[in-house]
Amino acid sequence: MKVMNLVQAINDAMDIKLQEDKSIVVYGEDVGVEGGVFRVTEGLQVKHGKERVFDSPLAESGIAGTALGMAISGMKPIIEMQFDGFSYPAFNQIISHIARFRNRTRGKYHVPMVIRIPYGGGINALEHHSESPEAYFGHTPGLKVVIPSTPYDAKGLLIAAIEDPDPVIYLEPKRIYRAIKQEVPEEKYQIPIGKAKVISQGEDITVIAYGAMIREVQKAMVLVKEKGISVQLIDLRSIWPIDRDTIGAAVRQTGRALIVTEAQQSYGPAAELISVINEEAFLSLEAPPKRLTGFDTVIPLPLGEKHYMISPQRIAWEIEKLVNY
Amino acid sequence: MFDIKTLESYQAIDNKLYQVMDAEGKLVIPKWKSSLDNEQIVQAYRDLLFVRTADMMAVAYQRQGRMFTYPPNLGQEAIHIAAGLVMQEKDWLVPAFRELGAWLAKGVKLSEVFLYFRGHEDGSRFQEANRVLPVAVPISSQLLHASGLGYALNYQGEDAAVFAFVGDGGTSEGDFHEALNFASVWDAPVVFVIQNNQFAISVPLAMQTRSKNLAVKGIAYGMESIMVDGNDIFAMHDVFSFARDYAVTNKRPILIEAVTYRAGAHTTSDDPTKYRTSEEEEEWAKKDPVLRLQKWLTRKKLWDVSTEEELIASYRKKIDAEFEIAEHYPEYNIDDVFGYLYEEMPDELKRQKNDYMNFINSSGGVK
Repeated sequence: MKVMNLVQAINDAMDIKLQEDKSIVVYGEDVGVEGGVFRVTEGLQVKHGKERVFDSPLAESGIAGTALGMAISGMKPIIEMQFDGFSYPAFNQIISHIARFRNRTRGKYHVPMVIRIPYGGGINALEHHSESPEAYFGHTPGLKVVIPSTPYDAKGLLIAAIEDPDPVIYLEPKRIYRAIKQEVPEEKYQIPIGKAKVISQGEDITVIAYGAMIREVQKAMVLVKEKGISVQLIDLRSIWPIDRDTIGAAVRQTGRALIVTEAQQSYGPAAELISVINEEAFLSLEAPPKRLTGFDTVIPLPLGEKHYMISPQRIAWEIEKLVNY
Repeated sequence: MFDIKTLESYQAIDNKLYQVMDAEGKLVIPKWKSSLDNEQIVQAYRDLLFVRTADMMAVAYQRQGRMFTYPPNLGQEAIHIAAGLVMQEKDWLVPAFRELGAWLAKGVKLSEVFLYFRGHEDGSRFQEANRVLPVAVPISSQLLHASGLGYALNYQGEDAAVFAFVGDGGTSEGDFHEALNFASVWDAPVVFVIQNNQFAISVPLAMQTRSKNLAVKGIAYGMESIMVDGNDIFAMHDVFSFARDYAVTNKRPILIEAVTYRAGAHTTSDDPTKYRTSEEEEEWAKKDPVLRLQKWLTRKKLWDVSTEEELIASYRKKIDAEFEIAEHYPEYNIDDVFGYLYEEMPDELKRQKNDYMNFINSSGGVK
């Protein structure tokens, strides 16, 4: 075991896979010499060579589209979109081709590829650097979408994503890149895609979150514990495929559910989760399932961001209201 | 023989067009010799006749209500047949959607083409064809796949080329420029082919660009570029042969602008009388690529036009038989809808499929 933060865990997963599988290449903007603007790919070019870890021209559609060409000819590209808001120029390639090539060719070609995207707010960044685009990708048939919340999961989920035969959008909660340290096994292991994790058992309410929001919910749990409220916390981990069984079973136990996402509310992941809860646990519900999400607004620039980002106090407030419903 | 010197003497920036024979089938380059022998040229003419017949029959099938929207190839066939003569088994073909002769040359079955345009994804299985990508509907997006394929060929140490097609309208898309740039920066062996057929649906070339021609766009990306008469099969064959060899030997991309004319509609849903004159169509009809080769062959006494009718009749039989395969293809079933999104069907899709099957079972087959 080795103590790692998320950045190191993601780097370690790529390092192991680059070592093991020569068909893998890593590229994107600044990922080579500089090791990425967040240093997630640091050291990989020196270790694995310029042919396998390299800087591409500055064009996100180009990065994604060329990766499809590589993927269908037997390579496994791991590409980086430098920021969430810069993934939009690649939408056409991701949605119209990468997600559909297996279907279009009836399986003659498939697209084993990982698209890494640092996402989410809370880092005092410029516009387009704090977005939560998971709903767009989760809505798209043919993609898988995962989000880790710990270094351990980050490594295991990325290895699973790289070994998956289908394209996986791997969203990295940049706010907690270096905020959480944890012992991580040095060897290879997988966290299965499509499986949520029950982080803590509790009796009064189920809270479902993912990414950087997990840590905020955990802080809220400390606040409500003083009032005698016990929370069952679920880390969704996979936006799609969604783990209906774990969610249903959890809410059937507690009868109450709060969904916390940084992503905007309307048509977002929280709405999807509440639909699943209604379908799977309707007769067990003691209160209407509630979503605490980002507003349906543009994420404010740093001085206004505190109003958008969800604090532990707000989460605690919603938990209390639901428990006392 | 078309070599690097020939290329240098046809600079796109000088608006020079490479042409071997004129509209009358007469050589405009004295002492020009094809690298194809007479037998191969006659076969190329037969292939031209075959794809033209198949293409016209496809339009007819659509008119009869036996096929959905189809994009006719009429007038552009020489480009496709010439590419087909040059492309090798290990080369990739990255089509847009109007390259029928090139698909067939790569081993795509005509019945598959018909099946696709009859509305079945199975038409893109290409069971006997290697290294052909399916039709790409979003304009120019396929060119980036070609650049990635080129990178992969280099990475895997393979000596092969990628032939990637786009139309004149596609040169306005961002992906066109990204693809050329990536291929050039990465030294990818891609032969980019712009089929400049003068129209993007209804929008004429003059409203698409202020560049003096489309080949010049390659210059900015540091790649060799040439403008060719796309209705001259000899010119196209010369340039494709050179381009493939150049791409594979030098590990460099090259851009070809094939100047042609879309004699038919954009697709069977389009009506060209709304945006162009019959005078213009007649002018271009005189430069028709099939007619041009026929004139050359006749002059050389390599072809007897009186045999054509019988030949075409035999082609029609063959084409009808291919269409029947597509028309009698098994019923589109539920697994065809759900079965190809992922290697392993996720539980959520199984659930949705199951719900739908429960409905079908209870409705007595009503969808």
